[in-house]
Amino acid sequence: MHFLSQPWPWYVGGPLIGLFVPALLFVGNKAFGVSSSLKHICAICMPADISFFKYDWKKESWNLFFVGGILIGGFIAAQFLNGQHPVNINPHTAELLKQNGVKDFSSLLPGGIFSFHQLLTLRGFIFIVIGGFLVGFGTRYANGCTSGHSIMGLSTLQWPSLVATCCFMIGGLVMTWFILPHLLQL
Amino acid sequence: MKNIKYLIAGILFGIVLVKSEVISWFRIQEMFRFQAFHMYGVIGSAVVVGMISVWLIKRFNLKSADGETIIIPKKQFTWGNVYGGLIFGLGWAITGACPGPLFALIGTGFPVIIVTLLSAVAGTWVYGLIRNNLPH
Repeated sequence: MHFLSQPWPWYVGGPLIGLFVPALLFVGNKAFGVSSSLKHICAICMPADISFFKYDWKKESWNLFFVGGILIGGFIAAQFLNGQHPVNINPHTAELLKQNGVKDFSSLLPGGIFSFHQLLTLRGFIFIVIGGFLVGFGTRYANGCTSGHSIMGLSTLQWPSLVATCCFMIGGLVMTWFILPHLLQL
Repeated sequence: MKNIKYLIAGILFGIVLVKSEVISWFRIQEMFRFQAFHMYGVIGSAVVVGMISVWLIKRFNLKSADGETIIIPKKQFTWGNVYGGLIFGLGWAITGACPGPLFALIGTGFPVIIVTLLSAVAGTWVYGLIRNNLPH
């Protein structure tokens, strides 16, 4: 039980994540991926006569059960497996973030930015709303996210996924190094 | 009821995401600043395990639980992989979460991330609306 209550190092978490690739293939010949679920939600809730959302989403409903499970898994980890705690990050990163105005290091994400109180501030709106929009728009445009491209795609040696993964990194680096310090100080 | 197994797989996946801290905004910052190996270790070892598994599946022609031949969908290259990838990267560094972690974060007790998730759905929808006018 001691192991379950501690954060897991990369060499435990990473291989376990990798096992979902063969697990989903064995269970039902499904390709591991998460961002398609966002497309299915559009297809169910608001297809609006857009051809991209007119398909038989029921055939893909497994993916919605999978993401629903992820949400429940998050709940279980936080409630019963001590998943909600301060993250032991590199002190240099913490120092840098403090200089940029991040104050709250008590949970998995900075509560001073990601909260309903902050939603209507410019900074909160950018982090909570604009950020999410870019994630949803970008993953669909790229035809996959970290799971579908970086894990499933790279595991199956598909070069378009390598291109996509490199672009994820480039976008993230540009944001982190050149834009985010300004956004944090809004 | 055939979908229950995917629900269970999702639950296990969500637990792993939380316990290995990959849903943490701070971990993503550390990664993009090259100040910790954690995220690189997680993604790298996940890919190695995935690769070996897929190699074994092909090598021994293993079948799925229903006895079907395992099919690995081919990813066609489009310029969307590049432009979309860059856009997603920008968003990933802001939210500190890709789509999987968004669902997990809501479960761990950050209801405000529901707004981020809805916004991601809106982003997907807008892509569907304007995709014919975008370079691919």
